[in-house]
Amino acid sequence: MAEREKKPLPENRTRSGTVIKPLYEPDGGPPADVGKPGEYPFTRGIYPTMYLGKVWTMRQYAGFGTPEETNQRFKYLLESGQTGLSVALDLPTQLGFDSDAPDAVGEVGKVGVAIDSLADMETIFQGIPLDKVSTSFTINGTATILLAMYQAVAAKQGVAKERISGTIQNDLLKEFGARGAWIFPIAPSMRLVVDAIQYCTEHLPRFNPISIASHFRDAGATPAEEAAYTLSDGVAYVKACVDRGMKVDAFAPRLSFFFYTYVNFFEEVAKYRAMRRIWARLMKETFGAETVESWRLRIACVCGGHSLTKAEPLNNIARTTIETMAVAAAGLQSVFTAAYDEAFAIPTELSARTALRVQQIVAYETDIAKTIDPLAGSYFVEALTDDMEKAITTIMDDIEQKGGMVRCLEEGFIQRRIAERAFEYQRDLDSGRVPVVGVNTFKAQEEEPIQIHRGDEASERAKAEGVKRLRATRDNAATTRALDTLEQSARSTTQNLMPRIYDAVMAYATVGEITDRLRKVFGVYTPSTVF
Amino acid sequence: MAAPDKSARKIRVLVGKPGLDGHDRGAKVVASALRDAGMEVIYTGLRCTPDVIVSTAIQESCDVIGLSVLSGAHESIAKRTLDLLQARNAHVPILMGGVIPPEDRERLRALGIGAIYGQEATLEEIVEGVRTLAARAWEADK
Repeated sequence: MAEREKKPLPENRTRSGTVIKPLYEPDGGPPADVGKPGEYPFTRGIYPTMYLGKVWTMRQYAGFGTPEETNQRFKYLLESGQTGLSVALDLPTQLGFDSDAPDAVGEVGKVGVAIDSLADMETIFQGIPLDKVSTSFTINGTATILLAMYQAVAAKQGVAKERISGTIQNDLLKEFGARGAWIFPIAPSMRLVVDAIQYCTEHLPRFNPISIASHFRDAGATPAEEAAYTLSDGVAYVKACVDRGMKVDAFAPRLSFFFYTYVNFFEEVAKYRAMRRIWARLMKETFGAETVESWRLRIACVCGGHSLTKAEPLNNIARTTIETMAVAAAGLQSVFTAAYDEAFAIPTELSARTALRVQQIVAYETDIAKTIDPLAGSYFVEALTDDMEKAITTIMDDIEQKGGMVRCLEEGFIQRRIAERAFEYQRDLDSGRVPVVGVNTFKAQEEEPIQIHRGDEASERAKAEGVKRLRATRDNAATTRALDTLEQSARSTTQNLMPRIYDAVMAYATVGEITDRLRKVFGVYTPSTVF
Repeated sequence: MAAPDKSARKIRVLVGKPGLDGHDRGAKVVASALRDAGMEVIYTGLRCTPDVIVSTAIQESCDVIGLSVLSGAHESIAKRTLDLLQARNAHVPILMGGVIPPEDRERLRALGIGAIYGQEATLEEIVEGVRTLAARAWEADK
């Protein structure tokens, strides 16, 4: 960041020729709550120059097929100048099943690439030097295993572990509250999350061990609830790390967040401005963090999600454009804009490219990124920011009083509230109280096509045979030894499991085998039936 | 519609979420709507197998089974659930919802699925659909 802040800022002008200043402030300086960009409490953004130094990262999410196909795709992207890779995993890999497991039938390689063992990770990154790229894995329940595999590939390439960079999502609390890709009960899940955070802090200084995500929103929560639940998850992780004996300033700068942005433009802007303030105060005042890096709320987001409609899909381009403008006005760090056909199909080349173009148009054709926090000082936006702050902290205080986010999730409080909100929204949609163009307002009569993922049975069979072949050809005595040691360590409640998982991965134990050993010790989560 | 003979008893519905997919917003919204309409509703939670769905439905004397599938696996799940019901000689009508392309709907109906709803369906339509299926099942039972 330091480098980017030293660069001279570009001089921007309007089409009429007047100068656009980097920053506008009221005479007599800003109110304390608003402050300056890059300064506590960060209402106006976490860096002093924001997009004038560099616009947000445009990270489009993709991943498909076999490890070989993913490798080809990654090489193509790298040759085209992309430096950040993003890996989507199939559901069996996310839930700890091998490609030949009965639970995996029909799901192998469907919503992402299937990874069974280190051999697959080696294939994916064949010929890609891991000190030259940064890789983001959307993975939670098996995040520790995939992280260990990534580190193992680096070791085999001769790349020092200190030099690998990337992110694992590794946020299990939101799986219990909204996304549903849990494996173990809540307590051992928290243990694994903290194991990864601690391990990265000590051994992988350039790797982000968690991205605390707000899937609550897509499951039905309001923006204030989304913010409150997600920040409360953050609080739970910070507490768990502190309980583990870690110093706040050692890990807090590596926490990052991920949110949803819908079309309620001004409320979204206010939400992000308010959250930065709330997080900064929490870290400084409640947790006693001392460095500015620990106070900064680093935010990535998706524009789209449940705000998109299957009906009249081209309307979604208008929606994601408004959403992308909101996050640009709010000063986020990284943005994924969904394709217009995402509500019902695998994005086509055209829809995927158009989604990226939406971001580029907002970033380069409009003047929204030419001055920092352009909506600051608007009576509406400042009042809404204050109101959102109050609404969010009220919910967070309530969660704290109920014993914190872990307790609230265990008792189904969050799940019930989200289900109620989703139901309310659907009734409002059915009655027309919430207007959605093309759905309940100004509705066309034509039937829209739907394109769904159809399983590819041949490649699923090949992947299943591949993992069987691996089990027959590896040094099984070594694999079993490593798995036994892992199981023993899991039974002791004090050991960080990352080094044992790494050893198991190096002995070519599979995702399913490692997860099975942990299931044996931890048990599995009983799904919530609350609605 | 005309009240079924057994109307003294509430309609009992099992809402099932089979498969690995974790998107159950729709299943829960439908479950809430059915409860609001006066029915007794059991929601299975995520990753429920057709086996458990069928035995729970029989054990709990459910009048209708609702299955939510967004992963594209609707056809194989429908077949497995119908086969299990037949094997146990149980006649519980099934209603499906989720992401189901129009071209697949005819095939699902031919297999024996009673009703199919997509994202565009209103809660009222779904509640009405469950009532119709339950009434038909009670009629056939007499």
